[in-house]
Amino acid sequence: MIRFENVHKSFGKHEVLKGITAEVDKGQVVCLIGASGSGKSTLLRCVNGLEDYQSGNILIDGERVDAHAASIHNIRTRVAMVFQRFNLFPHMTALQNVMEGPVQVLGEDKAEVRARAEEHLRRVGLADKMNFYPSALSGGQQQRVAIARALAMRPEAILLDEPTSALDPEMVGEVLSVLRDLAEEHMTMLIVTHEIQFAREVASNVFFLDKGLIAEHGAAKDVLVRPQNARTQEFLRRVTHPV
Amino acid sequence: MSPLSERIQDYLPLLLTGLWQTVAVTALALVLASALGLLWSIMRSSGSRWLELPARYVVEFLRGIPILVVLFYIYFVMPELGLDLTAFQAGVIGLALTYSCYIGETFRGGIEAVDKGQVEAAKSIGMKHGKMMRRIVLPQAFRIALPPYGNNVVMLLKDSSQVSVISVAELTMQGKMLASSTFDNMTVFTMVAALYLCLTIPLNFLMRRVELKMGAAK
Repeated sequence: MIRFENVHKSFGKHEVLKGITAEVDKGQVVCLIGASGSGKSTLLRCVNGLEDYQSGNILIDGERVDAHAASIHNIRTRVAMVFQRFNLFPHMTALQNVMEGPVQVLGEDKAEVRARAEEHLRRVGLADKMNFYPSALSGGQQQRVAIARALAMRPEAILLDEPTSALDPEMVGEVLSVLRDLAEEHMTMLIVTHEIQFAREVASNVFFLDKGLIAEHGAAKDVLVRPQNARTQEFLRRVTHPV
Repeated sequence: MSPLSERIQDYLPLLLTGLWQTVAVTALALVLASALGLLWSIMRSSGSRWLELPARYVVEFLRGIPILVVLFYIYFVMPELGLDLTAFQAGVIGLALTYSCYIGETFRGGIEAVDKGQVEAAKSIGMKHGKMMRRIVLPQAFRIALPPYGNNVVMLLKDSSQVSVISVAELTMQGKMLASSTFDNMTVFTMVAALYLCLTIPLNFLMRRVELKMGAAK
């Protein structure tokens, strides 16, 4: 569904992605892991054109992602994104946040969208917070609204950029449990995460990025339990047994 | 000399007609300046060179000329170019042009202060630039720009006294004429100052109220 073909990306002289080739199939939950600076967030942001790339191809069902082409707007409606810092619209209630894309971008019927948005918010456990502004919600609640906002677009895939990194520890669980539900429903997800335990539980596949390259990839149980690459082994030892 | 209370009563009607002119000039100039300022700020943050550069040049150009010179130019030079304006019209346009730059910069500051994550979130649900500005960026930018915008409004009100130089009979002008015919400088100019304060103090108060209200809705 999402295909990376020899993707290169530089910020000025600094090359962040040095030829990424990989594929994400429909229904897969792929976790991108790796040390900070390994390029995993950048790779994710290239998929919906928040960053451009210099060479290679990123294809979504065969359509090339080009951050500078008019087609990017349509691609973004098909691939939703959840951010580390939630990025909810502060001047809108939770419900309005969720309705904004379908009503304003997809031009769908408002009453229909409202019903669907309420259903999404109920599913992420926020039935009683629909009319709250983001500033009145906790981090975990805000992130769940952000996930509902992504779902309301009825995307073919969701990109999640460190969805629990900005959360207080006691709120990580509620967000992960929502993601776990989505994984069970075979929502295609590409998740940049540091939660190795979570990756072990829900990921079908894992890409381990190291210095702008995919050093190792494969089924989650293989990569996370029996890593072959020395760098993967070292990284996993560091994050699962911190000194 | 007649007693103070009588003199105040004598001067007041004339000064009130001036006050009315001040309010009219200020209100009209404010509407125009805000609309133009919004236009400059949107052009400057459009990401298109063809919109950005003209707006930047207009703003830099107008900001570099004293307001009195702008007023003289519009009132005295424009007729030679075939554009006849009343003093009142010239005053409104001159103030509006000059203040559109200040207000435009204020709005632009607001736009740039909106969290970049908001732009990314708007893009990521497929919004195009125009809709993103209208629905996501500008509502937040206005909130940020409101306090400095309030300052602009008060400054504009005070600077409206400048249009007296092209003979608009606003408050300052009426005061000057009254003072030179009665020689009662102290009473007249104290009254003029007090009348300005009658406008600026409630205006400041109103701005604070609006700010608080907008802050609460956030």
